[in-house]
Amino acid sequence: MARFVFRRLLSMIPVIIGISFIIFSILALTPGDPAQIILGDGATPEAISELREQMGLNDFFIVRYIRYIAGAVRGDFGLSYRTQLPVLNELLARLPNTLVLALFGVGCAAMVGVPIGIISAVKQYTLIDNATRVFAMVMTAIPAFWLGLMLMLAFALKLRLVPAIGADTWEGFILPSVTLAIGNMAVMIRMTRSTMLEVIREDYIRTALAKGVSRRKVILRHALANALLPIVTTIGINFGLQMGGAMICETVFSIPGLGTLIITSVRQKDIPMVMASVIFVALTISLVTLAMDLIYSFFDPRVRMQNFRKGGARA
Amino acid sequence: MTGELLDIRGLHVVYRTLESDVYAINGLDLSVSEGETLGLVGETGAGKTTTALSILKLLPDRVGFITKGEITLDGVELTKVSEADMQMIRGNTVSMIFQDPMSSLNPVIPVGKQVEEVLTLHRRELSKREIDEQVDSIFGMVGLPPSRKHEYPHQFSGGMKQRIVIAIALSCQPKLLLADEPTTALDVTIQAQVLDMMRDLKEKLRTSMILITHDLGVVAELCDRVAIMYAGEIIEMGSIDDLYGTGDKHPYTEGLFGSLPSLTGDERRLHPIDGLMPDPTSLPQGCKFYERCPKRTGHCEAEAPALNVSGTHSVRCRLFAG
Ligand SMILES: Nc1ncnc2c1ncn2[C@@H]1O[C@H](COP(=O)(O)OP(=O)(O)O)[C@@H](O)[C@H]1O
Ligand SMILES: [Mg+2]
Repeated sequence: MARFVFRRLLSMIPVIIGISFIIFSILALTPGDPAQIILGDGATPEAISELREQMGLNDFFIVRYIRYIAGAVRGDFGLSYRTQLPVLNELLARLPNTLVLALFGVGCAAMVGVPIGIISAVKQYTLIDNATRVFAMVMTAIPAFWLGLMLMLAFALKLRLVPAIGADTWEGFILPSVTLAIGNMAVMIRMTRSTMLEVIREDYIRTALAKGVSRRKVILRHALANALLPIVTTIGINFGLQMGGAMICETVFSIPGLGTLIITSVRQKDIPMVMASVIFVALTISLVTLAMDLIYSFFDPRVRMQNFRKGGARA
Repeated sequence: MTGELLDIRGLHVVYRTLESDVYAINGLDLSVSEGETLGLVGETGAGKTTTALSILKLLPDRVGFITKGEITLDGVELTKVSEADMQMIRGNTVSMIFQDPMSSLNPVIPVGKQVEEVLTLHRRELSKREIDEQVDSIFGMVGLPPSRKHEYPHQFSGGMKQRIVIAIALSCQPKLLLADEPTTALDVTIQAQVLDMMRDLKEKLRTSMILITHDLGVVAELCDRVAIMYAGEIIEMGSIDDLYGTGDKHPYTEGLFGSLPSLTGDERRLHPIDGLMPDPTSLPQGCKFYERCPKRTGHCEAEAPALNVSGTHSVRCRLFAG
């Protein structure tokens, strides 16, 4: 197992390098001079060219990229063009907000959505199932910003239960988390329902029933373990996506997170900031994928054997 | 009480699907006495699996319904039994071997655990250690090394999987075993092994069995009696001698057995007959075999034939009336 994890971690290196290279190239190819941006509109051409020299912007593209990566592996991600403060500080300052939103948004969605999806599948075509399906459909169709605003109107402005915006108190996270959770929940419900419907039609479910196992235990012991693979995948993917920031939600509720950070930095051509954020998101998604694979191996002996076969770990 | 272990009277089963109602079983009468093996033979779609699922009351939820009839197993009328009580009966008094061993076992549970589960459900009085010992002895009984009980289904071959399925079905020594084409999905060479083992175990445990099969040779070897099923009815039933002898048979059975000269020949399979079984969503009024019958007369189309019994042999055909 340690061997498998190690190989998977190693295999992330080329992925991260590839992604960072692509983003670096795109940023280098788009118009706009960082020196000009830093110094502002009033700067003299002399000052600009001096700063360009100082920042090494006149070097070859590939030299600049290597210099950047060399810094990055030592933990030096450079200074933000916009604030002249270390990029890493800004990133780490916003990370907890995004992490909280992602954990609650996806965690609550899974904790509520998966059981609802299971019940819906087990009671297919009953009132409960139909109500659930309509709910999931409506929730998928509602745009996040509208849902966010409506929740804000009802719970913050009318009922005054929670603050409308801001990340200063934990209460401020309630509405944005709920907004994210509802969107994710719809996905979780539909995913779980369709997977469970497939699994409970399998022959081994009938075998279990023919043994005299109760329907409840058949679902919990025999069906669920087989349905977990796609369910865990959906949770993982949604969590990964959410770690890239929830732009709309952050904007509506004025929560400083990674989503707004990335968008602002791209717009202002704050190259170090964009690079660091993208590398960070790519790293998170890779780690989440690895975690999912480990969880699969735990539940499914076939995956376990494939992953941890002696010397045969998947790259 | 009839004295029979299993007694099915006038059973009707309907599958209500979104498009139509499928009349799968239409007035089925069938009985199995203790220790007896009944061969149930018929084309695909005749209602063999449905019959077995009805006995277990495991027809698909909200689709399959027993609309009429009685199923008495070991003195208990199953159609009136609650789901909770059925759970005590399934796997204990009656168990089933399904057709496809490849998909009959749960892929994420070690095979030993899957055998153990039946015992923990129905043999509550046994301690953990006694159950372990039982699992080991059942593995030995079906010819598998107990050391492999910690492995998962995908680590076994098809034949071995079917042995595990049989182990599950027999571990509580049920009074009745429903074997639904237990060897159809297996290699020919493995088929004989598995059948031999089933016969030995059945005799050792004195289990009654309904053996659903297409293989007329297997029926002759393993069964005491044969029932021929057609469009949800038994159209002929009798001892091996009644059906395999030279006596008169239902035209459908004649067709199935074809020109089968002897059981040692290599043609042991059902003989194909021209035409199709009637559409189960709209069954004909008269004899269900009318369309395909070489010996039909004018009366056959209008009037459903009764079951004509003579000794052990009964035939649902006008030719045998009186
Ligand atoms: N779940 C189901 N829904 C609708 N019709 C079904 C279902 N299962 C079986 N049937 C129909 O019931 C009839 C009997 O099927 P079955 O008992 O499987 O036959 P056999 O086992 O003899 O091949 C067939 O016409 C089949 O199409
Ligand atoms: Mg069948």
